[in-house]
Amino acid sequence: MSVVENVGLEHAELLRFITAGSVDDGKSTLIGRLLHDSKSIFEDQLNAIAKTSNKRGMEKVDLSLLTDGLQAEREQGITIDVAYRYFTTPKRKFIIADTPGHEQYTRNMVTGASTANLAIILIDARKGVLTQSRRHAYLASLVGIPHLVVAINKMDLVGYSEDVFNQIRTEFSAFLQGLGSRSVEYIPMSALVGDMVVERGDNLGWYSGQPLLDYLETIDIKQDVNTHDFRFPVQWVSRPQTEAMHDFRGYMGRIESGSVHVGDTVTVLPSGLTSRVKEILFYNGTLETAFAPQSVTLTIEDHLDISRGDMLVNGGEPPRVTREFDAMLCWLSEQSFDPGRKYIVKHTTHMIKGLIARIDYRVDINTMNHEVVDALTMNDIARIGIKVQQPLVIDAYTQNRGTGCFILIDEVSNNTVAAGMIC
Amino acid sequence: MNQRSYFTHLDALESEAIHIMREVAAECTNPVLLFSGGKDSVVLLRLAEKAFRPSRFPFPLMHIDTGHNFPEVIEFRDYRAKELGERLIVRSMEDSIQRGRVVLRSGNQSRNPFQSITLLDAIEEFGFDACIGGARRDEEKARAKERIFSFRDEFGQWDPKNQRPELWSLYNTRTHPGENIRVFPISNWTELDIWEYIGREQLEIPSIYFAHEREVIVRDNGLLPISYLVQPKAGEHVQNMMVRFRTVGDMSCTCPVASHAKNVEEIIAETALTRITERGATRMDDQTSEASMELRKREGYF
Repeated sequence: MSVVENVGLEHAELLRFITAGSVDDGKSTLIGRLLHDSKSIFEDQLNAIAKTSNKRGMEKVDLSLLTDGLQAEREQGITIDVAYRYFTTPKRKFIIADTPGHEQYTRNMVTGASTANLAIILIDARKGVLTQSRRHAYLASLVGIPHLVVAINKMDLVGYSEDVFNQIRTEFSAFLQGLGSRSVEYIPMSALVGDMVVERGDNLGWYSGQPLLDYLETIDIKQDVNTHDFRFPVQWVSRPQTEAMHDFRGYMGRIESGSVHVGDTVTVLPSGLTSRVKEILFYNGTLETAFAPQSVTLTIEDHLDISRGDMLVNGGEPPRVTREFDAMLCWLSEQSFDPGRKYIVKHTTHMIKGLIARIDYRVDINTMNHEVVDALTMNDIARIGIKVQQPLVIDAYTQNRGTGCFILIDEVSNNTVAAGMIC
Repeated sequence: MNQRSYFTHLDALESEAIHIMREVAAECTNPVLLFSGGKDSVVLLRLAEKAFRPSRFPFPLMHIDTGHNFPEVIEFRDYRAKELGERLIVRSMEDSIQRGRVVLRSGNQSRNPFQSITLLDAIEEFGFDACIGGARRDEEKARAKERIFSFRDEFGQWDPKNQRPELWSLYNTRTHPGENIRVFPISNWTELDIWEYIGREQLEIPSIYFAHEREVIVRDNGLLPISYLVQPKAGEHVQNMMVRFRTVGDMSCTCPVASHAKNVEEIIAETALTRITERGATRMDDQTSEASMELRKREGYF
């Protein structure tokens, strides 16, 4: 009986996080430790890495090998951006976006961070706050990750010193305050030994906070989504074309933020027409209320011309409807920005042509200084002005992640070349 | 009570998958959903119902039949497609073999690696630009790095170095003629999530997923089911055991596990406790080399 109770996970929440740091900070060991101590590693995986550890002449099983890459990566000595890993505890299901630390760091971290609730920034206790620690924190704040954990790792190598921990915390919090980070937790740990990762261990008795996994399991993430502004980009219009449902028109989509109730007045943008919600359909039933991030089907009282790319909104702050806006842009492609070219802008369910009208500045992510540039290459972060062919319904990214983000697609190669966050 | 507290990890995964399927329907010209009758594709069908009902699915279903499938699974496949009233396309490897497109060394060798040829031929025949499949990132490490919208070139190849960055849920669905995209709406689901969802939605699945008595032999540290494809070699001893299948692939290389789990709840209990990955336990073809899945994918495997 107890077995079945232990695995009653149906009510577990989902938390997505990213780990920022390099192999030298013990990132792979930390992930390996989380997976291992939460009993998420399978015997055959453990056997495979034991074999590899042995082959490479190591004495014990190297947990960092769990996050080792593909044959193509080993052969060519490259790392492929983001790998996703999963583990589950009775309280939550976790998705880790694991991004390699060195090359193409900005592009990889921005990609992995785009869906994360939380970022773990690893700091080596011996080295203290480095340029890369600030860079990671800046990127986490740029991509709007709501929660930060600063994991001060390798405490075993500084004699588990409380002073070392306090010094790093004082220095880094001053920096984070400048970035406006709100939810920040500092945890001392040794991923190698296992202290304060899943178990408390015996060496950090002076630390009264939670071990990392406890923190990940209990931090409140319900407020991570904007709950007051209803935003419903229409994905697909359902018209079943059957006798019985001849006049049925259902607007299918995912609620990006806020909630909706039957009877609510909604405004259709960009047209500006209004109507009331008649029904909220989900599969073979109806709901009284639906909220982000549910995927539902809405019907409305009036016959309006609504199609994919339109947005139903209500409540709180109205969005902007505009053909011009500013954004922070991360250039992702090996092919540099070409000022003469138009790009395809994908924003919510809308795909239209657009062009970068001006580059205000590029951010040096090591110093946070602004530089004047006229070109953008891979990993650059810049503030830009953009013009699009038709009006888009937008919010500032800091107010609303779902309606404040967009990507640029090269219309010739069809590659995704940049990611933007609307200012 | 705040309704939000009832939004569980399964609800989150479900909503993500519905959103992905609707993006495919809206942006791709000629998509298809790959349905094998296996548990992951059974989940895909329920997600498609949730995405598109009361309308019909905006795509047909397709199965690439290796000819080595378990009869119970084929029967279930046809039954489920009919029950849903959706169109099912079947393309068989047997035809590819007859036409000389697939050349096997022996009649009973595993056909899993050759499915790609029949699949790519079918994609060309119908001009599909997107194939929705039930692969999951937790299955294998080559999958862990795959995009939800996974771009394939004209030869159906997956180039791990050359994947499109995938941010937020803004999927890039654009292709040139001849290219196509494999779409994996349940990328973020684990084996346990699949079973919990099957339990929650009370989905029917082929009977061989539940414990039953079957003749097996022990070969290469795994159990192999006796069938016309697998016969005992000298010195191998046929036993009658209670087993169930965790995956339902090619009969010549899909191994059952010893189990008494007779219903979904008991499978969930076993899955939560299991110590071996799904592919490690059940697919002999994935054990040939550490990179076998990666190599097959680069050649156009699903």
